Amino acid sequence: MIAAVHAEWTKLRTSPGMAWLLLAAVAATVAVSWAAVAATTCRNAGGCGVDPAKLSLTGVQLGQAVVAIVAVMVIGGEYGTGMHRITLAAVPRRGFVLAAKAAVVTAVTAPAAALGVAGSLLAARPSLRPNGLPSLSIDDDQVMRAAAGSVLYLALIALLALGIATAVRNSAAATGFVLGLLYLFPILAQSVSDEKWQRNLLKIGPMTAGLAIQATRDLAGLPIAPWKGLGVLALWSLGALLLGGAILSRRDA
Amino acid sequence: MRALIHSEWTKFRTVRGWVIGMAVAGFVILGFGLLPSFQGSCGGRGPQSDCVLPVGPEGQAVTDGFMFVHQPLTGDFSLTVRVASITGVLPPGPGQDEMREGVAPWTKAGLLIKDGTTQGSAYAAVMLTGGHGVRMQHNFVHDTAGMAGSVNSPRWLRLTRTQQKITGEESADGTAWTTVGTVTLAGLPSTAQVGLFVASPQYAEVDDESSFGSFSSYGGFTIATALFDNLSRAEGWQGKRIGGPDNMDDELGSFEETGDGSVRVTGSGDIAPAVGGPAGIGTGLTDTLVGTFAGLIFIVVIAAMFVTAEYRRGLIRTTLAASPGRGKVLAAKATVMAAVSFVVGTVAAAIVVTLGQEVLRGNGVYVHPASFATELRIIAGTGLLLAVAAALSVGLGALLRRGTTAVAAVIVTVVLPYLLAIAVLPPAAGDWLLRVAPAAAFALQQSLIEYPQVLNLYIPQAGYFPLPPWAGLAVLAGWAAAVLGLAAHLLRRRDA
Repeated sequence: MIAAVHAEWTKLRTSPGMAWLLLAAVAATVAVSWAAVAATTCRNAGGCGVDPAKLSLTGVQLGQAVVAIVAVMVIGGEYGTGMHRITLAAVPRRGFVLAAKAAVVTAVTAPAAALGVAGSLLAARPSLRPNGLPSLSIDDDQVMRAAAGSVLYLALIALLALGIATAVRNSAAATGFVLGLLYLFPILAQSVSDEKWQRNLLKIGPMTAGLAIQATRDLAGLPIAPWKGLGVLALWSLGALLLGGAILSRRDA
Repeated sequence: MRALIHSEWTKFRTVRGWVIGMAVAGFVILGFGLLPSFQGSCGGRGPQSDCVLPVGPEGQAVTDGFMFVHQPLTGDFSLTVRVASITGVLPPGPGQDEMREGVAPWTKAGLLIKDGTTQGSAYAAVMLTGGHGVRMQHNFVHDTAGMAGSVNSPRWLRLTRTQQKITGEESADGTAWTTVGTVTLAGLPSTAQVGLFVASPQYAEVDDESSFGSFSSYGGFTIATALFDNLSRAEGWQGKRIGGPDNMDDELGSFEETGDGSVRVTGSGDIAPAVGGPAGIGTGLTDTLVGTFAGLIFIVVIAAMFVTAEYRRGLIRTTLAASPGRGKVLAAKATVMAAVSFVVGTVAAAIVVTLGQEVLRGNGVYVHPASFATELRIIAGTGLLLAVAAALSVGLGALLRRGTTAVAAVIVTVVLPYLLAIAVLPPAAGDWLLRVAPAAAFALQQSLIEYPQVLNLYIPQAGYFPLPPWAGLAVLAGWAAAVLGLAAHLLRRRDA
């Protein structure tokens, strides 16, 4: 297993563009977070009910797309070039291959996510007060939960994408599938006029449930509680990995 | 070029997965549009609860409810009055439960001539408004501005009929008159209902206190009272609440003659085109097309793969050897993908727009009727939107040469800005994003009409896009052209 992880690490480390993609994930997260805070102004003394943690972490909405690309390429690239035959010949226990890939994907996306999240909070902080928004305190447990939860969120998105890409076996289709799964739930929920259905859609969608972890205000009004929401996403990721693993071991390479 | 398009078409047609994928894209648009998931309350509580809006003389659904102090007048006439003042109440603000004092911007008080007292019948009116000065309006959708004015400074108004022509005039002192407008009401009978009216419309405002991401608004009905004096005809007035019950003298509609041509009129409601969104009811045709996002993802994936699969298999070398004009190869690929996507999108949208509204109405949702031209624009617009997005995807596929990044780039620029605008960002930032991002093209699917003379929240959450439809398409087309141009340039310079 250690050898398998080592092999996967070498492949990931040497695949072209991977470092750039991880850098892009950090940059995209920080840039969008900064822009969202800069574009939001409030003239009321009450802070307009803005959740400063959630607003400062808006960039995760874009960062997750780049993280998903990284994860898809870890497996999709092998299917594309036929490399997976060599991989499976070297490590015949196919479950090990997927587990090793999951380990290295987590190992590279989690630090990138942590950088992106920390960068977002740092970039957003100076603009909050001048724009009339409530300030952000790092000591606050809720803020820490939102920040650490966002890192976990991005890592779970990477695992979800890895599982789907293993099952779909085509990079482009897998990317479309993952991003569709993430972005379609909130759009559908917005167009549903029935409030009960709307909340149900927000509760089961991997992105809408998972991002509940970023909320630090009005927790009672959320469709799903923060950690519960992240749990829903974890179930999605686990399901995708199990499906990917099952297809990987059943099918002809 | 024809041979190139033919060969690219053959490449598309012979890959079974792509053809199936395109068909699935169409079915996904149909599925979401026809899925009977939206429920409304219209008709749910017996025949009285049917949502039937009156239809104006020009075919639009309209709001026609106001206080009318009227009498039948035959033949030509001229009626003069002075609006001494307008006062009123607005709905409570967030967290309050008392009505506030104030006059809504589109509260109207003035003189009106109407073809009977049935809702939706033809009319013309000259009026003083709460915040938009003197106006001359007729048949619900037409609005001409007069001079600015305030509810506290008295204003003279005059309505004159000359056969089918109605002229509205205004004056500050009752001696020097200015014409606001002259309109023709075709088919107005010789005896029409003429008199004073007061209307005070629904009020809506974005709730600043609500947290972003869970957009909310507040509002409700408003009531206004106008003091009229110097009325040039003193006798024979009777009151009627148009669109209301016949029992008179409740808080939403009453009048009182106080002698020597003075009348105090209280009214609520509006005489205007009906709108969707927070200040209106129901939804537009756009809601049947929510599946476009899902269909778009399928199309974008296939269009990107249409290019990147050639790189993966090395077929690109054969293609470029067969036709050395590399720019033309890219153009042929984009043309084939755009054409297929256009057909899929147009056919699916045509079915959804015709059948989907029946499904929604069957579920008790009020769907604003759209004109035939609007339906046509929405149907063809859905096809065009998907076609240009497919071309953008082909361009990004050639530019990035990797399916994964190309697909992600298109989804992130076309779908994500829309999502951020409707569900995450505050309205102002969302508005800006939907002007510059490729997602601007979703304006092609807007079915609700924005009327400057109706106060409403014209924001993306309510189905109103910041750009007009064709400008939105131009934004997407601009992005696609820029990406295709850059891709063609690099395709010529780069080694295959």
